Amino acid sequence: MVLKSDVHPIKSADDVVRVRQVARQWAAELKFSLVDQTKLVTATSELARNTLEHGKGGTMRVEQVENGPRRGVRLTFEDNGPGIPNIERALQDGYTTGGGLGLGLSGSKRLVNEFEIKSEAGRGTTVTIIRWK
Amino acid sequence: MDRIPILKMGDCLLVTIQVDMHDQLAVSLQEDLTAQIAKYASRGVLIDISTLEIVDSFIGRMLANIAAMSRVLDAQTVLTGMQPAVAITLVELGMSLSGIKTALNVERGMELLRQYIQEENEYREPDGSEE
Ligand SMILES: Nc1ncnc2c1ncn2[C@@H]1O[C@H](COP(=O)(O)OP(=O)(O)O)[C@@H](O)[C@H]1O
Ligand SMILES: [Mg+2]
Repeated sequence: MVLKSDVHPIKSADDVVRVRQVARQWAAELKFSLVDQTKLVTATSELARNTLEHGKGGTMRVEQVENGPRRGVRLTFEDNGPGIPNIERALQDGYTTGGGLGLGLSGSKRLVNEFEIKSEAGRGTTVTIIRWK
Repeated sequence: MDRIPILKMGDCLLVTIQVDMHDQLAVSLQEDLTAQIAKYASRGVLIDISTLEIVDSFIGRMLANIAAMSRVLDAQTVLTGMQPAVAITLVELGMSLSGIKTALNVERGMELLRQYIQEENEYREPDGSEE
């Protein structure tokens, strides 16, 4: 169940800094440990940069979600960019088409509890992550 | 545009990276540091990240680049003050930063740099040649 939600634009490098702060605030509000906050914010940084650089800009939806007794932060990064033709390959450590380190997708997947990626060539990409308290 | 200040201390350069670094700021720092190492013939670079709340693959790559470029310019790099939560996250992200020397704080970092520079000087002195 979604307890509350908000949407933020990712259109510039400043927005990447801003959504990192948003993720931090929402994690702190649920009293995540410092390590858990750091993991969520680092994943946010990676995925927001992908939305900006590979996806040509988009949005981050932030939600406080509840599943039985558990609460968590769900983040959805969405763009209408070129999409990812081969998701399996994009999820491999070190795979990059842009001269990065290729750790953004694979690494953020390791930093969260739930990770889902949907992409369609020419249509865009949506990555959803959840970190539970 | 904003720049991260670089402090010159003798033959070393000292940089403190603050919270929430903008990507472009990281790129300029890399350029500025390289220019200053060359200009002052610096032998050591100390980068303090004790106030940095995250290191993602972008900043991690920048740190690794700085260390590699310093090496080419005959300077050593030491990274100081990484918060435990940042270190844990960085490893899980998949970055080891294994090529970079680290120290607990600025004081220890400076000691380490002094030591490296002295060792290198001693190694070079006998016949005045390098390696
Ligand atoms: N939002 C996106 N839109 C299009 N392609 C993407 C997106 N996110 C990731 N990719 C593709 O997946 C690859 C791997 O992404 P990532 O692991 O973050 O590495 P990097 O960003 O360093 O290249 C990228 O190089 C890019 O080709
Ligand atoms: Mg990336």
